[in-house]
Amino acid sequence: MGQTLAEKIISNHAGKNVKAGELVIAKVDVCAVQDGTGPLTVQEFKKLGKSKLNNPERTILFIDHASPSPRKELSNTHTVLREFSKEYGAVLSDVGAGVCHQRLVETFVNPGEILVGADSHTCTSGALGAFATGMGSTDIAVAMALGKTWLKVPSTFKIEVTGKFKPGICSKDLMLHLIGMIGADGATYRALEFCGDTIDNMEMSERFTLANMAVEAGAKAGLFVADDKTKAYLKSRGREDKFSSIKPDEDAIYERIIKINAEDIKHTVSCPHTVDNTKTVDELEKVKVDQVFIGTCTNGRIEDLRIVADILKGKKANPDVRLLICPASKDVYLKALDEGLINIFVDANAAILPPGCGPCVGVHAGTLADGEVCLATQNRNFQGRMGNTKGFIYLSSPYVAAYTALRGYISAE
Amino acid sequence: MRGKAFKFGDNISTDHIAPGRLFHLRSNLEEFAKHVLEDADETFATRMQKGDFVVAGNNFGLGSSREHAPQIIKIAGVGAVIAKSFARIFYRNAINIGLLAIECDTDAIDAGDELDVDIEKGVITNITNGAVIQIEPIPPVMRKMLSDGGLVEHIKKHGDFKLND
Repeated sequence: MGQTLAEKIISNHAGKNVKAGELVIAKVDVCAVQDGTGPLTVQEFKKLGKSKLNNPERTILFIDHASPSPRKELSNTHTVLREFSKEYGAVLSDVGAGVCHQRLVETFVNPGEILVGADSHTCTSGALGAFATGMGSTDIAVAMALGKTWLKVPSTFKIEVTGKFKPGICSKDLMLHLIGMIGADGATYRALEFCGDTIDNMEMSERFTLANMAVEAGAKAGLFVADDKTKAYLKSRGREDKFSSIKPDEDAIYERIIKINAEDIKHTVSCPHTVDNTKTVDELEKVKVDQVFIGTCTNGRIEDLRIVADILKGKKANPDVRLLICPASKDVYLKALDEGLINIFVDANAAILPPGCGPCVGVHAGTLADGEVCLATQNRNFQGRMGNTKGFIYLSSPYVAAYTALRGYISAE
Repeated sequence: MRGKAFKFGDNISTDHIAPGRLFHLRSNLEEFAKHVLEDADETFATRMQKGDFVVAGNNFGLGSSREHAPQIIKIAGVGAVIAKSFARIFYRNAINIGLLAIECDTDAIDAGDELDVDIEKGVITNITNGAVIQIEPIPPVMRKMLSDGGLVEHIKKHGDFKLND
């Protein structure tokens, strides 16, 4: 019987052929935590009484969520991670290096591997053809100690996308459309497997956006077949030798097949307070915004910043809008500097934030005031997400975010 | 187990349960627990008694992987979270740390109802209105984890995963 991509990757790590629904113990290649979840992982790891990490070179501690720290309690938790890294030899990705998911795809994860991370958006690395999934602090503590985890092999929804996007439409629009269609719990426990000629032609940066938001439909993973684009990406990151490609079988069994025509996708936004509360931009009344935030593990890559710079070049943000732009990683930041994008942003009156999660997590930098509206390129708009339950968050592509910054209301032109 | 129901709706996120704006309390869970579910119901933490139940609709605990969310529900003394469905990571975290998460139809439970939860029999009796609700069987892996006292205790006891017996 044929296997899906998820079944194949997990089989390779479980030492036997597995199928959806089975409970397996699987070898883990990479473990990751961040400053919000890592200190609890450290505490639980120490309870296990293990003197060392199973694979310190591939255990990565990221300081990105409250980075740099806005208050002493958080500074102290950063110290916990720095000391653990020194004592156990785990890799530390400190202030300024960037968002864990962007850093993971840039540097740490390879096709065919299993990554577990104490962050729900760990699924981002699925775009590389890895099985990547988010778990809690304790699960990661055990994976760090034993080099394995338990998994229920997920059944899979095949997402087949064909045709060409209309100009200005991004993979973010496609993903918001899909989540609006199946709901915020529409794929709970499932893997999403993306395929079709639209996906084949899509650059890695756009695939990362799709994989990143798999969890917003409840999914355990968002998977892609590694191909020539993946290979070129790995080559650009200096690890072409890590390329391999696992393909699902022709006769793999899918729980559901969803077909989408890319030409039908319009500029789409998620309205407050759930990601599946989607509308197309042309369906919206005039929604005035107080803040536009461009960045995050969803849409803070160089390709996203180029889209924004093309629109903002030589123009100023609307005077009633605060425009915050946050490159997802140090490498993205350097490229944006090289290409002159940062000049364009600053000239447009944007405030540039250091690489990290920025205001998306509601901890620091860009907290909303009561009643304020923010349009963001991030992945979540839950009530209170940006630090104030009385704020209203809309989600969009970088294209819509840039036009919205210029106009002062949600707009795609 | 007996307690009073506190009712919540669908899609209660980890931001409702353990808000990001209180990120700094993650290293002080006793204090954080005083704010549990504050962004869904400001008065919940002060009104609830030990052993009371959080009762919700679909997709409880969606969002972030923060284990602090089930942790502070447990530390606050909630007897169990009873919901129509749970988000995957929240459910896994709850079991890992030994917080009982029960799936069942919650329409026959109103705020303030007195509940009797019997895990062995797999039923919840609503003492206030007489309804008897069947609960979804708890998967064997979860039963094992709960009976060992959570994931860390499970590994300490067996030295490895031992889930299939």
